[in-house]
Amino acid sequence: MSEAVAHPAAEAPSGATYLPRDATYGSITRDIAAPVFAPAGWRWWTAFLVTLALTLVMIFAILWLFIEGVGIWGVNADVVWGFAITNYVWWIGIGNAGTLISSMLLLTRQRWRASINRFAEAMTLFAAAIAGLFPILHLGRPYLFYWLVPYPNVMTLWPQWRSPLVWDLFAIASYIIFSLLFWYTGLIPDLASLRDRARTRFGQLVFGAFALGWRGSARQWRRFDAFYWAMAAMAVPLVISLHSVVGLDFAAGLMPGWQETIFPPYFVVGAMFSGFAMVVTLAVPIRWGLRLETFITPAHFDAMAKILLMGSIIMGASYATEWFLAWYAGNVAERLVTQFELSGSYAPLYWLMLLFNVALPQLFWWRRTRRSLSAIFAIAILINVGMWLERLLIILNTLSHAYLPARWSDYAPTVWDWALLLGTLGFFTFLFVCFVRLVPAVSMHEVRQLAHAQAELEDDDAVLA
Amino acid sequence: MPQVFKPKANTLSWLIMAGIVVVPLAVALFGIVYEHSANATRVDLVRDQPVPFSHKHHVGDGGIDCRYCHSSVETSAVAGVPPTETCMTCHSELWTSAAMLAPVRRSLSANAPIRWTRVHDLPDYVYFDHSIHIAKGVGCTTCHGEVETMPLMRKAHTLTMGWCLDCHRAPEKYLRPLDRVFATDWSPPPDQITQGVRLVQAYHIEVDHLADCSVCHR
Repeated sequence: MSEAVAHPAAEAPSGATYLPRDATYGSITRDIAAPVFAPAGWRWWTAFLVTLALTLVMIFAILWLFIEGVGIWGVNADVVWGFAITNYVWWIGIGNAGTLISSMLLLTRQRWRASINRFAEAMTLFAAAIAGLFPILHLGRPYLFYWLVPYPNVMTLWPQWRSPLVWDLFAIASYIIFSLLFWYTGLIPDLASLRDRARTRFGQLVFGAFALGWRGSARQWRRFDAFYWAMAAMAVPLVISLHSVVGLDFAAGLMPGWQETIFPPYFVVGAMFSGFAMVVTLAVPIRWGLRLETFITPAHFDAMAKILLMGSIIMGASYATEWFLAWYAGNVAERLVTQFELSGSYAPLYWLMLLFNVALPQLFWWRRTRRSLSAIFAIAILINVGMWLERLLIILNTLSHAYLPARWSDYAPTVWDWALLLGTLGFFTFLFVCFVRLVPAVSMHEVRQLAHAQAELEDDDAVLA
Repeated sequence: MPQVFKPKANTLSWLIMAGIVVVPLAVALFGIVYEHSANATRVDLVRDQPVPFSHKHHVGDGGIDCRYCHSSVETSAVAGVPPTETCMTCHSELWTSAAMLAPVRRSLSANAPIRWTRVHDLPDYVYFDHSIHIAKGVGCTTCHGEVETMPLMRKAHTLTMGWCLDCHRAPEKYLRPLDRVFATDWSPPPDQITQGVRLVQAYHIEVDHLADCSVCHR
C-alpha cells in the first residue's frame, strides 16, 4: 500500500469526528449488525405497514393504467409527457447519487463515506429500478417495450440508433446491472460477518450462500480491493453518461427550452444534487430508527451539506445560463418559453423551485445550519421537492408553450398521476424498510477500516509527542 | 464453528452462477426461435373450412383464372371472397347433389354467406392493398405460393413484417411483366435481377421510400 492510503483519516477535516474513539472492531460489527438480528420494534412495523399500503396503491395505479391506458393521466395531445417522465427523471437522478457518492468519494479517499455508502447505494438501486418503470408505463402499448432491444425479430426491424430513447434503454439497463453488482460486491465481506454471527441454521445458509465463501484471507482482500476499486473507477463515467443521456432525451428533442447544449452536464449536477438531498433525507430516519448515531455523525451531515451548497450554486448558474442564452440567442420561441417560465401558467411553481433549489441551500454557508439536524433535514426535503418541480417544469413549460401558438395548452394532473407518484414513493420506502432489516445499513468492513486508520493515526501522534 | 456447507454446495453455487447467465439467454433464444416457428406464423397450417374447397381442383385441374372468383383484386384493397352465386354459376349444373356441397346450397337458399376461415390475415394496423401490388407486377403466386397445387388452402409464406420488407427493400427480386401477374406457372428467369431492375424503372417504383413506415402503417 502506498503512503497516501496508510493514513486516510488524515484527510478528514480537522475537528471532525466520524467515529467514536473507543470504537473497537467488535463493537462496530455488533452495533451495525444488531438491527439485522434483533426483533423488529414498533417503529419498524409501523413503517413496514404504512409503506406496504402505499405499495399497494402503486400496484393498483399501475394495474388500472394497464387496463384503461394513459388516458387516465392528465397528459393531453400537446403536453404528452406529464408526471410519468417527470418521475422518471427525478427518480433516475436520485438513483445517480448513490453510485456517484460511493465511487467518487472512494476514489478521492473520503473515508467518511464508509457510514453512508451502503444505504446510498441501496437507494440508488431502488430508485433506478423505480425510474426504469416509468418509460415503460408511459407507453401506449407497454407490453411492446422490448422492441427497443435489438434482437433478430420477424419484423426485421432494428431500433432507431439515432434516437436518445434507445440510448436511454442501454443507459438504464447497464446502470441498474452495474449498481446491483457494485452494491453486492461491497456487501460480500459483511455478509460473511453476518453468516458467522447468525444463530439460526436458516440465517447461516442464506447469508452464507450470498457471502460466496468469503473467509477474509489476505488473498481475498487483495482481489476484493482490486475489483472494487476498478468498479468504482468505471462507475464515475457510467453515472455521468447515464444522466447525460437523460438530458439528451430533451436536448435532442428540437423544442424551445430543451435544445440546449448545457442540458447533459446540468442534468448530471441536478442528479447529484437531488441524490445527495435524498441521502440526507434517508440518513436522518435511518440513524434514528437503527440507533446508528455513533456511525452517522453531525460531521457527516456537515460534509453532505457542503456538497448540497455547491450543487445549489451550480444549479443556480445553470438556470441563469438558460435565461441568458434565451436572450442572447435571440430565438423568438426560446424567449417566449423563458418568459412563460417566469410569468406564465406555472410561474408560481417555478419561483418555488428557485427558492428551494437555489435560495434555501444558501443557509448552508453558516456552520450552525450545517450542524443542525432538523435544519438540514428540512432543507434536504425541500430540495427534493424543488428538484421534482424542476423536472416537472422542464417538461410542462416547453410542451405547454412550444412553437405553434395553436398548441399552447395547460396541463393538470389527475388523481392517478398523484397515486402513482405517492405509490412509488411508498414502494421506495418499503424497499428501504426491508433492506435495513436484511443487510447492514452501514458497511461494517469499511467502518472497521476507518477505525483501523484512526488508531494508526493516533499511534503516530503518540510517537511524535 | 462447524462448516455451514457441505462440499457439494460448491457445485451448486457454480451451477446457479452459470444459470444466472444462461437461463435468461435461453429464454430469450426460445422466444426468438418460437417467433420464427410455424407455430407462431401459422405457415403451411391447414385450417378447417365449412366446405373443403380445393384450389388444386379448380385452378390447377380446371384452369379457372384467379380473378373469376377474386374479382376485385385489380381495383380494390381486398381481393374479395366470392359470393355463393359465383360458386353456383357452375354448381347449379355440376355436382348438384354432392353432400360435400350441401353448405353451399344451404347458403344460397338461406341467402347467408358461407363463413370461410381466413387463412391470410394481416394485423389491422397494416394497410395492405392488393390492387397496387397487381398493378406493379407482383404476381399472385409470389405471395400466396403455388395455390394451383393446394387441395386445401394454406399460407405458403409467413406474412411477417420481415417477409414484406424483404420485397419492399429489393422488389427487383420478385417483379414480373404485367401479362404474367396471374400466371400460375411463372418462375423467376435466370436473369431475374436484370429484368427486375428494368421493371422497377418501368413501373416507376420509388424503392428508396418503399420501406418507409407510412407506406404500410398509416
